[in-house]
Amino acid sequence: MASPDPNSTNYAYDSKIEGNVTFTQLDAAINWMRKNSLWPMPMGLACCAIELMATASSRYDISRFGAEVMRFSPRQADVMIVAGTVTYKMALAVKRIWDQMPEPKWCIAMGACASSGGMYRSYATLQGIDKLIPVDVYISGCPPRPEALIEGLMKLQDKIDKEESTMDLKRMPEPEQV
Amino acid sequence: MSPFVTKLESAFGEKILGKKEFRGEHTVLVELSALHDVMLHCKEQLGFDFLLDICSVDHESVHPRFEMVYELASVDDSQHLRVKAPVAEDEDVQSVVDIWKTADWHEREVYDMMGIKFTDHPNLKRILMWEGYPYHPLRKEFPLAGKPTEMPDVAFTGVAPMEGGPFVTSSTATDTVAREPRAKGES
Ligand code: SF4
Repeated sequence: MASPDPNSTNYAYDSKIEGNVTFTQLDAAINWMRKNSLWPMPMGLACCAIELMATASSRYDISRFGAEVMRFSPRQADVMIVAGTVTYKMALAVKRIWDQMPEPKWCIAMGACASSGGMYRSYATLQGIDKLIPVDVYISGCPPRPEALIEGLMKLQDKIDKEESTMDLKRMPEPEQV
Repeated sequence: MSPFVTKLESAFGEKILGKKEFRGEHTVLVELSALHDVMLHCKEQLGFDFLLDICSVDHESVHPRFEMVYELASVDDSQHLRVKAPVAEDEDVQSVVDIWKTADWHEREVYDMMGIKFTDHPNLKRILMWEGYPYHPLRKEFPLAGKPTEMPDVAFTGVAPMEGGPFVTSSTATDTVAREPRAKGES
């Protein structure tokens, strides 16, 4: 377990005792474990889902970043990747699936449609999934290339790395405001 | 003139309100009361065993306001005919599900989007929007941005920001720069 970054203060890494002892902070350890095994909930709703599938396949291989375990059950997922156009007809279903995901959970809005409604400025389309659920990372593009999704995933990993996980555990969950 | 149009004219006479040929495509306009009989005749006598599509047109200020459009063809692709019928706002259309089963979903879509009702339809429910949605969004007076609605636990809708749009392209423009989509009134 080590970050190759020599400037990182999170790890006290000593190559002489490698494999035996590593000193670290609890937050750093929890975040490290969380960020490197993000199980995505693939919320494929339109064309962007094709790129999501490409990202998961061998050429781009999202498993290099520990996020290859696509869970079609929200109860086993960590990060919801909203890939596609969220119609009003689908919107509350997406919200319900999000509500079924256990904490801690994150959300990636993949593509123009999920981020802002995209080119669908119409009566039928929700103008951005952030109107219903909190989004951590927005990815631009129509559709974003797999590299962009991987970049977004890495951005999310950076974000998780900075979280105060132990403090979050102690905090009482705030009642949800509707 | 296509032989089908001639045959339809001799069979229905007065009920055929008009006919048109455009680039080899034939269209007949029939009276709404005779529509179902014309359709049955087309299938049984003229061999149009394939209903390609049903759509509807909203002419807004014209009376009668709506128009039903049926695209008929045969499975071997040897013939094609378009049948239209004017529909006033308070009129219902006789369903053709008993002639072509495929009409079921097409007619539901027409009902959902345009609000035209069909008599003798086996299951006339909305197909794209949800039951309880109060509008028919493809009618001309309905704004593209939508209207706010709320059905708890089912769905809601909001108004999309238009930012000066809707942005439309001009079909008469001669070059690609002029054809770029623009907001109306903007050059
Ligand atoms: S952003 Fe583009 S590619 Fe993605 S779902 Fe919307 S229209 Fe399709």
